[in-house]
Amino acid sequence: MRRIWAALLLLGAAPAPVVQSQLLLTTDAPRLADYGLFDAAGHPAPGVQPYTLNTPLFSDGAEKFRFAWLPPGTKAQYRALGALAFPVGTVLVKRFAFPADLRQPAKDVRPIETRLLIHRPAGWMALSYVEQDGGAVLKRAGVKVPVEFIDKAGRAQAIDYAVPNQNQCKTCHQDGEAITPIGPTAGNLNGSLHGTGPNQLMTWARSGRLAGLPADGWPRLARWDNAAEPLNARARAYLAVNCAHCHSRGGFASNSGLYLVPEEVTPAHLGVLKRPVAAGRGSGGNEFSILPGQPNKSILLHRMTSSEPGIMMPQFGRALAHDEGNALIRKWIAAMPDPADSAPAAAAAP
Amino acid sequence: MRMALLIALLASSSLAQAKMIHVGPGGNAQEKLQTALIEAQPGDTVHIAAGRYALADGLSLDVDGVTVKGDGPDKTILDFTAQKVAGEGLLITSDNVVVRDLGIENAAGNGVKSKGSDGIALVNLRVEWTGGPKSTNGAYGLYPVSSKNVLIDRSVVKGASDAGIYVGQSQNIIVRNSRAEMNVAGIEIENSYDADVVGNTATNNAGGILVFDLPDLPQQGGRNVKLTNNQVIANNHVNFAAPGNIVAGVPSGTGIMVMANAKVMVENNHVMGNNGSAVMIVAYTQAFTDKAYNPLPRSVSVAGNHFMDNGKAPAFAGGKEIAAAVGGTIPPVLWDGITRYAVPGGGGEKLAEGGINIDAPGISLNLGLQGTPATQARPAPMQQNLVVSTRPAIVLPAALEARAK
Repeated sequence: MRRIWAALLLLGAAPAPVVQSQLLLTTDAPRLADYGLFDAAGHPAPGVQPYTLNTPLFSDGAEKFRFAWLPPGTKAQYRALGALAFPVGTVLVKRFAFPADLRQPAKDVRPIETRLLIHRPAGWMALSYVEQDGGAVLKRAGVKVPVEFIDKAGRAQAIDYAVPNQNQCKTCHQDGEAITPIGPTAGNLNGSLHGTGPNQLMTWARSGRLAGLPADGWPRLARWDNAAEPLNARARAYLAVNCAHCHSRGGFASNSGLYLVPEEVTPAHLGVLKRPVAAGRGSGGNEFSILPGQPNKSILLHRMTSSEPGIMMPQFGRALAHDEGNALIRKWIAAMPDPADSAPAAAAAP
Repeated sequence: MRMALLIALLASSSLAQAKMIHVGPGGNAQEKLQTALIEAQPGDTVHIAAGRYALADGLSLDVDGVTVKGDGPDKTILDFTAQKVAGEGLLITSDNVVVRDLGIENAAGNGVKSKGSDGIALVNLRVEWTGGPKSTNGAYGLYPVSSKNVLIDRSVVKGASDAGIYVGQSQNIIVRNSRAEMNVAGIEIENSYDADVVGNTATNNAGGILVFDLPDLPQQGGRNVKLTNNQVIANNHVNFAAPGNIVAGVPSGTGIMVMANAKVMVENNHVMGNNGSAVMIVAYTQAFTDKAYNPLPRSVSVAGNHFMDNGKAPAFAGGKEIAAAVGGTIPPVLWDGITRYAVPGGGGEKLAEGGINIDAPGISLNLGLQGTPATQARPAPMQQNLVVSTRPAIVLPAALEARAK
């Protein structure tokens, strides 16, 4: 009996946080805790819902925990392409953390930063809060955090993990002049939370957070690491998530003419037999973004495998090469048919 | 006029509130500079005091109407020798920005890039790779792309492994009174509209000044580019670009090169001591699948230039043979003579609209159809005409010009 009291008293002393919707709309709070999205132990406040993506962006192997909070009574609007249309007031949260050993992702996890994308009346705002003693604080100018861990291959890694500055947030999240979410597209949410249970699109629709979900015909981004799915779908999903935020018609790399969005069909814009424009030494001496059947002569893979600034792609967001992702793209390019066979297809593409 | 007055009033009212943010050397240069560039408000000036700033990451500005100012290109030095992150030294993604009086050294990628800026002035800058020309140097020194109202003035670029000054997919452009030296290409205007390249010096590059248009890009159909009163001297540097890049195909010894594009005027330049050819006019050389692309140079005029000592030792394929056939020296203008191309996907053939007009000796290879190999050249002298140009100078917004003085 006493115990129950004690528990109740504790609850009274530390009530569940309340999301500060007005503060989110108006103010770049100096501390993450000011917004009331999480309690001191890191548990999300009521209404802050976790979600997962079929294919996530590679961030040096960081574990990422994603949450969405929508103002009570509001809904996101379904869209087949691009991120769902979230209402003003929405906050999308991504927490980055490194386990001591990536092979045991739930053990000895060190939180690094929490990124917020807040939908304000004037548009989306990107903020990053970096963990310090006493809680996460706003860092607009970015910061390097030394991180050590054992990678998936059992190798010891020591990196300067780069928390992006505010402009870098925008570089990736831009669509034309506006900032936009990248991850939560219908296609990338079209799967189970953490790979088990009901479909997230269905869950969101049933809980009243998603409007306009059609009965069927939802797009689906493949899981890049699921060997049971078709190679082309996995590779295109990987490129869509890791590259297309810049390599799209409205993205930072629009001038490259290389467009890796899932819906792109023109071979030249996907890089097939496309000559470089402003790659400079990033070409690595190769003539084409993708030379079908020849991953070692394809600029795309050359830049993905490099970790040298001026060559590496993406330009920031990683310090390490993603061996598993690069192996997938290597396999995809190696399996592409000979250019002589693909030329008529190029001409026929809309 | 009323509009101009209104703009002037708006400009002066914002100036009234404008503040100067000072950043000095020492401490955490990266964080200090980046914080200043993030916290600046429209109308502000970020003043970077004399000194050397060692930077391990790129810097970026995304606020409209900001001036970033140093104490001189040899006094305020942004040193990117130890750069670990980002594709450029300084990236501008906002409008009406002036960057001036700074040195930028050894950027890992490009020196200064603007993407999607309306109003960008790069003034009295020095971008240099201090280890001399190397294929491992960054690609471009000054690199406005997808921008509008672009000014590059009184700047110097040395050692870029692609183009020293490169303006791509932009509109309404002036590149003037600048110097490009020991780059693969000195100055390059690519897939751009309405440009004046005036009063510059391009020397000791592999190619001096290039005007190119490439397929498969959001902005193409490059046009209305005038090169005038430039010194294009002894661009005989070995081409040190990484293979695969379009400039890797520029023959060492090229003074001025026009590839594709419509309405290019090459007037009143001093073009001297370029061993290959003073002015080379060619079609896009590669196969292409973009139906909207026109690979032909058309309405190109070459008039009133001063040519001296060019074409004595052509290094490009077939150059020696062509030179021998016409008396030992390549004449000032060399044209591939390509006047038609096949539209990809069976779209038939198209002819060049507007010819090549020159008032100096020239030679055509008479290749005819785009894609015909140079081995089928039938070199013959070109006709010389009186060429009269009436094209007015490019004008930039007065407020931008005033801030660039």
